[in-house]
Amino acid sequence: MSNVLELVNVRKSFDSELVLNDLSLTVKEHTATVLIGASGSGKSTLLRCINLLETIDDGQIFLDGQEISDPLISVDEVRRKLGMVFQSFNLFPHKTVLENITLSPIKVHGIAPDQARDEAMVLLKRFDLTDKADQYPDRLSGGQQQRVAIIRSLAVNPRVLLLDEITSALDPVLVNEVLSIVRDLKHDGMTMVLATHEMGFATQVADEVCFLESGLILERGSPEQVLKNPQDAKTKDFLKRVHEAGRL
Amino acid sequence: MLNGPDQQAWSPSSRELQRRNVRRQISRKQFTIAGISSVLVLGALYTLIITSPGWQVVKETFFDLDYGREVLPTVLRGLVVNIQLSFIGGFFIAVIALSLALIRTTKSPALTPFRFLATAYVDIFRGAPLLLIILLVGFGVPALRLAGLTSNVIVLGTVAVVLTYSAYVAEVIRSGIMSIHPSQRAAARSLGLTSGQTMRFVVLPQAIKRVIPPLLNDFVSLLKDTGLVSILGVTDAVRAAQINASRTFNYTPYVVSAILFLLITIPLTRYIDRVIRRSTAKQNSEGAI
Repeated sequence: MSNVLELVNVRKSFDSELVLNDLSLTVKEHTATVLIGASGSGKSTLLRCINLLETIDDGQIFLDGQEISDPLISVDEVRRKLGMVFQSFNLFPHKTVLENITLSPIKVHGIAPDQARDEAMVLLKRFDLTDKADQYPDRLSGGQQQRVAIIRSLAVNPRVLLLDEITSALDPVLVNEVLSIVRDLKHDGMTMVLATHEMGFATQVADEVCFLESGLILERGSPEQVLKNPQDAKTKDFLKRVHEAGRL
Repeated sequence: MLNGPDQQAWSPSSRELQRRNVRRQISRKQFTIAGISSVLVLGALYTLIITSPGWQVVKETFFDLDYGREVLPTVLRGLVVNIQLSFIGGFFIAVIALSLALIRTTKSPALTPFRFLATAYVDIFRGAPLLLIILLVGFGVPALRLAGLTSNVIVLGTVAVVLTYSAYVAEVIRSGIMSIHPSQRAAARSLGLTSGQTMRFVVLPQAIKRVIPPLLNDFVSLLKDTGLVSILGVTDAVRAAQINASRTFNYTPYVVSAILFLLITIPLTRYIDRVIRRSTAKQNSEGAI
């Protein structure tokens, strides 16, 4: 399996706050890498750096062997290969579900509108949202909105899907319908990087779990290793707190 | 998170230094392109004007430096009238416009006739040209010969401007009120606030904050449009320039007056831009691209 994403000594700070401290990470094709850690540990920043929403201060990021941290690279072209799903859905409220999904395929990827719509309908059918195609996002539940957001990022066949705490804004009942999509995608072999607080879910889908703390990966390994048998004192402490909060 | 020694000890890698070099090159290149394109466009414009057949005449009648200096104090005194008019008018506009906006957004059945009147008011004064309103008020009201009614042109001019601008501003405020998501109202009402309290403490503060940029924009327009009251004979900056220009057939006073207006409106618009930038930056701290 080839390396889809490779981060080498990535460093990022906001003002005087060091958020990513020479962090390195490799993501192989068809694997799911789960980032865990307390709020502010750098999970979101890491995803935003990969998507070039933030410019890194040092280090290198490679996508399929091409350095995307190169200032001469076309940012739009890189983003076309990446899918990103946000914590707060970020659907366009003035467009219907179908229009949300087909916007990028039609405008960015130059796919014929009819074809884009057909492909979108296939995805909507697969995830049980066919009847919502012509509705506006405001009419949908949080879980439905987030599922649409995932479909929207899938519609352009990304090389990697970046998922930033996609269930944090949802109530527990709705969480599962969103996570089951991610499970399906994992089954299909989609390469993913996820930041999440759902430890049970992490155990199910992760090929590798990384525990972030103060901008560093303190511990990494299989879910069994990191979540069931953590070595680092800080990982243990974090998992204990998560457990107490009833999320494990 | 990690501050202090670790942060200071870090020095950029050779790759990062190389990257900064490339970024510097890119920005230098962009700077050069901006420079060349500016010189080309502005140069072409300059040559076009300078080589135009009438330039010599225009230069003498519009850009006479000595004459400009001579009329400056008169025009400046006129400008003070414009500024006074804007601020006094601005105060009344704010009060009337807010009342109109509130009346138009309220759903109270008792206020139905007022809602109807407010709508009619806005329709009329927003729809009719300001110049016509100034003429009608300025010459129509004194013609009524009602006792106690003033025939002071400055007051009448201000009234006309206030009538028109309060209709504009009322619509801006109303659009701000309508743009507040209904969930905010629901949240406030669920806490037991009355509809009046909801408006006063929850909706209006958010709405006003949202419409401050367009309101400041309207203030700049107001400042310029006060020049229109000169047709009533008010000696404002425009009128002062007109008097001087028609005396000597040299139009430099107009240019002087235009420059004086710009000296106020340009800094004001820059200030507005900054206000807009700051308020959007504060509200979108998360999720900025």
